[in-house]
Formats: sequence, C-alpha cells, structure tokens
Amino acid sequence: MDTSVENGMITRSDSPLRVINSSPEAIAKSKARARRSFRQIRTENIFKRSLMIMGLLMIVLVLGICLTLAWQSRLSISSLGPKYLWSKVWDPVQDIYGAWPFLLGTLLTSFLALIISIPFSISVAIFLGEYHPKGWLPNFLKNAVELIAAVPSVIYGFWGLAVLVPIVRSFESGIGVTPVGVGIFSSSLILAVMIIPYAASLGRSMISLVPSHLKEAAYGLGATRWEVIRSVILPYTKSGLFAGILLSLGRALGETMAVTMVIGNTSLIPKSIFAPGNTMASVIANEFTEADKPVYLSALIELGLVLFLVTVVINLIGKKIIDRFTNE
Amino acid sequence: MKQNSFKIHRTLAAGAFFAIISMSLVSCGGGGSTSGADSTAAAGSSDNMITGAGSSFDNPLFSKQFSEYDKANNQKINYQSVGSGAGISQLTAKTVEFGASDAPMNGKQDSALSAPVVHIPITEGAVVISYNLPEVKDTLKITPAVLADIFLGKITKWNDPKIAADNKGVKLPATTITVAHRSDGSGTSNIFTTYLSKVSEEWNTKVGKGSSVNWPVGLGGKGNEGVAGLVKQTPGAIGYIELAYAVQNNMAYAKVQNKAGNFITPSIASVTAAANIQIPADTKVSLTNTDAADGYPISSFSWVIIYKEQKYGDRTLDRATRLVKLLQWMIHDGQQYSSALTYAPLSPAAVSAGDAVLKSVTYDGKPILQ
Repeated sequence: MDTSVENGMITRSDSPLRVINSSPEAIAKSKARARRSFRQIRTENIFKRSLMIMGLLMIVLVLGICLTLAWQSRLSISSLGPKYLWSKVWDPVQDIYGAWPFLLGTLLTSFLALIISIPFSISVAIFLGEYHPKGWLPNFLKNAVELIAAVPSVIYGFWGLAVLVPIVRSFESGIGVTPVGVGIFSSSLILAVMIIPYAASLGRSMISLVPSHLKEAAYGLGATRWEVIRSVILPYTKSGLFAGILLSLGRALGETMAVTMVIGNTSLIPKSIFAPGNTMASVIANEFTEADKPVYLSALIELGLVLFLVTVVINLIGKKIIDRFTNE
Repeated sequence: MKQNSFKIHRTLAAGAFFAIISMSLVSCGGGGSTSGADSTAAAGSSDNMITGAGSSFDNPLFSKQFSEYDKANNQKINYQSVGSGAGISQLTAKTVEFGASDAPMNGKQDSALSAPVVHIPITEGAVVISYNLPEVKDTLKITPAVLADIFLGKITKWNDPKIAADNKGVKLPATTITVAHRSDGSGTSNIFTTYLSKVSEEWNTKVGKGSSVNWPVGLGGKGNEGVAGLVKQTPGAIGYIELAYAVQNNMAYAKVQNKAGNFITPSIASVTAAANIQIPADTKVSLTNTDAADGYPISSFSWVIIYKEQKYGDRTLDRATRLVKLLQWMIHDGQQYSSALTYAPLSPAAVSAGDAVLKSVTYDGKPILQ
C-alpha cells in the first residue's frame, strides 16, 4: 500500500524531491496529500468510466432495438421478401402484406405537416430570438410554445376529431371533394401543430446566439432589420434552424395516437391529400393486439423495422445537409 | 493494490457490458416476449387468485360477475382485458388459467397448444348496424345482400333502389354512404365479417373473415367509440358497433333480416333467441346468420377457454376445482348480471352445452365435477 502510494506520488507529484528531504511531519503531510490525490484520481476514473458505460449503453440500446426488430420480423422477411416494401395490398385474412400504403401515408403526412409548420416555427423563432427576447409577452409566448410540446398526443387526437375534422369537412365540401373530414390533410394539420415547438425553440436559441458584433456591423452599414435578418441572422443560423426542422420531422414520423384518431385508417392508397390513409405507426398500434397469426405479427414488426430505418435514413440525410451548411 | 483496483474496475465494466449484451440477445430470442413478461406477474400473484386474460368485450360483465363472486365465495379473480388474441396466446403459454375470446380458436392457434382445451360459452354479444341519417325517422330495414353491397362499396347512395325496396314509405335522401369500420383488430370485426362471409359469396372470396380484414371501402375508427364517433359526425355514415355500446349511447341502429326472412331489431331478447339452436358438443358454433326464427342474425357467443386436463405445471386439485366452480357459477347464477349491462344471457341450450363441457374437464384423468 505504502509503496504504491509513494510510487503514485513520485510519478505524479510536481516536486518529488521534497519528500526525500523533509522532516517526518512533512512526510506524513505529503502522504496524506498523496492519499487524497490518489482518491481524486480514482474518482476521476470512476466518473470517466461511468460516462463511458452510459454512452455505450445507448449504442447497445439502439443496436439492440434494431436487432430485435430484424430478428422478430425474420418470418415475414423470408416469406414476403423485399416486395413487402412496394406491394399495395395489406390483407391479413389471406396473409398478403404490403407496406407501401402505410409508407406513403407516413411520408405524406410528415412532410405535409413539415411544410405547414415551417412558416410558423421560423416566425416564432425570429420573433422570440431577435425582436422580443425579453418581456412578459415573449415569455408568455415562449411558455405557450413549450406547452404545445408537453400536451399528450391523445389530447390532440380528441381535439382534432372534435374540432378540426368538422372544420376540414366543411372546407372539403366547399372545395368540392368528398367531405369525409378525417384523412391525410387533417392528420397533417394536427401534426403541424404538434411539431412547431421543436423547430421554434431550437431556432430561437440559435438566433439569440448570433454574435452581436455581426448584427451591429450590418446595422452600422445601414441595413434595415429585415436586411439584417435575411443576410446575417438566417445565413448564420441556418444549420441550427435545419436541425430543429429535422427534429420536428422525426417527431412527425413516429407520432401515433393523434394521427390514428384523425387519419381514417384505411389500407387503400390515398388518391389525394384529402383522402383517408394510414401510417406505419398507427397500423402497428391498431393491429398489434389482435395479430393472431405468426406471419401477421411478424409483418407488423417488420413495419416497425421499416419505420426505424426510414427515420435513420432521413436523419442521416439531414446530418449531411447540416454538415454542408456548417462547412460553407 | 492500485493496479489491482484498476483491474477490478475493468472487469466490472466488462462484466456489465457483457451482461447488457446477453440481455439484449435474450430479449431477441424470446418469441412471445409479451406473454413472457406477463408470466412472472401471473405466477407471482397470490396463491388464491384465479388469473385470466382475453376479450375486452367481456370485461365489463366479468368485472361485475367477479366482484359478486368474490363477495359470496371470497375468491379473487384477476382478469386482464388484453384482447381475445392475446388472451389465447397467454393461455397457450400457460401464464393464465383461463382465456376469454370472442371467436373460437382457429386451426393455427390450436396447433400451438401443448394440450387440448375446451370452450365454454360464457355470454352472448351482438353487432348492430348504426347509421347517421337525421332526415329518416323510421328504423331502417336492411337485408344481408344490401349490407354486403354497402360494405363492398357497390351501393354508394342512400336512395339506391335496393335499399328503398326494403324500406317502402321511407323517404331516403340522396346522401353518399360513408362506411365506417374498426381500424383495430377486434372480435367485433370478426363477428361482423364472419356474418358477411356467410351471407355474401362475393364478400367471402374478396375480403373474407377475421379480426382485421382488408376493407374495400370506408374509414377506420379505433374501438367502438372510434366507429361511433365517425358515424355520429359524418352525415350519411354507416358502421357496425357492439350492441351494448350502441344502446348506452342512444345510437340509431337498423333491423336486419335473418335467415328465416324476418327483420329483427337487435335486443337482449333477440340475441339470446339467436342461440336457441342445436349446439354442438364442443360449443364452437358461430351464431351469425342463425337458424332461429326470432334470433338477431349478427350475434355471437363469447367463450372462456381452459385446458381439458387441469393437472399441469404445479396445479393442485383444489386450484382446478375452484376454477371450474367459478365457471359453473358464471354460466348459471352469474348470468343474472348480464341484462343490466346489455349483455344477452345465455340461452338454455347454451347453458346445458356449457354444463356438459365443464363435466368433461378432468384432473389427473378424473372428472372434477361429479
């Protein structure tokens, strides 16, 4: 013990000579210090290791989920093959499973929701980040936006079914399409509301981080506020804004409950954005409990795998785009 | 010492890492992971508790029956309303003592069993055809052919001559028909599609029967409340809902023509009447399109399923007896709680068939009931 402590100290202390040349009290004192620094080193190591374990745990978790999904869907992968992805019929009675209508439904609702939400989220971000960073109204607005993210999705579903769907129905009869109310369009509207906070809060913090000397320089050159936003703030923060949009897209892709309640849940391919459809997440939620055949269950799990991979691919593409923004 | 302690850390970290990996592998390997997770819960529950799982349709009735049974006989029953299919897989995995299902077990489910099971009819339910036509005050009459054509998407307007032919004197609007169906897999859909498959050859070949099918037209709603919501909100909508739900929510529902040619209003009495037919010994009979002249045609039994040989695992005779006694009570005294909850009581034919099945249940080869 002692030798190892002294070894530790000799190697790590900044003045090892003092130990050799000092009085007994000084030796005892420095031994105590050595013990303390040994304890410190140990704490450091434990901390570092636990951080590493937590990090590794995340990787194991993601790989574990992916492997589990792949393993459990092996039955449907082997019996249905890759045409699972593009065949259009989902018929549990005859064991014919094609994910295309749901893949299409997921992508349609998510991207439509994204397009609807972007103007709102960017405006909120600019308003809160640049025009009114402080004060009671911006604070209130900020909390309200954050609250939107905190509301459980089933409540959006109820609200959508009770309020939004009738409005959409009368809108549909106004423009002359079959007035069903529920469908891709209603789900996209609900999703758009739900995903605004993600892009808005990230965008707001990005905009408030723009160095003031840049803005001041632009103002000094006689730029108006709009010109500063357009040619300083937006270019400076575009990777952050895009990351926020990507985050909200991820949320839209996986949203289940609210979408299930307003999308109309049909396995037919949607003919227009007002037609009913279905998404992968809501098919899984709907049919999982009563999937009474092994291939059926396996096909549903494969749907989960496809959703997982779609999310991964979209995230990877997003990361590439962000990288390009940042490198410019 | 210091080096030792580092070594220990390293082994600990490595050990934890491998433990995690092996855990994730184990979870990958388990096929029926849901039932596996439940097994500990069911087995770990107190020794006196009878455990069951399955049909959510049965759940309100079972809750009432079980609480009354507990008051009288001091016997707790833990029932998980997880859906018929999940109930059957839990019974197959022997994590529950009885399963409850709105459909008898099919060939594939049977082949997964390790030992034979018996079906005991426990209550009767019905599926009603609800519609939203504010202009129409009279109760609509629907024939099986029209119903199938509507759900196949062949009849698309309410004033179609085929509908009008059965409803003389009723002024039908020219509204477009919006079909509403269940989006979640359910016993209700199973009963309804089984009925349509029986009455329409085209439905049988094009769509077929099952708890989830590929609907040719229409919107899907989750649960009875989802379909009811779509029907209530959409003018011109038609959908199928459980009788109890439709009655409790004052929904309009149609009279359906049965095999004998009579238009029958769905009610507790007409559903019970549907089961007044010759019931086979295994009780696995579908009441849809019943032969009974005053029976509502879209009716069905709901079954409790148990193993025929009750000696399995570490089950005692006492435990098996308590289970069979409970089921015997449910098909006799327990039926009195049905009507108040809008369940149809079992017909006399169904009760005697259930009795015969319960008598055939054995423990170690000997019948449990004398």
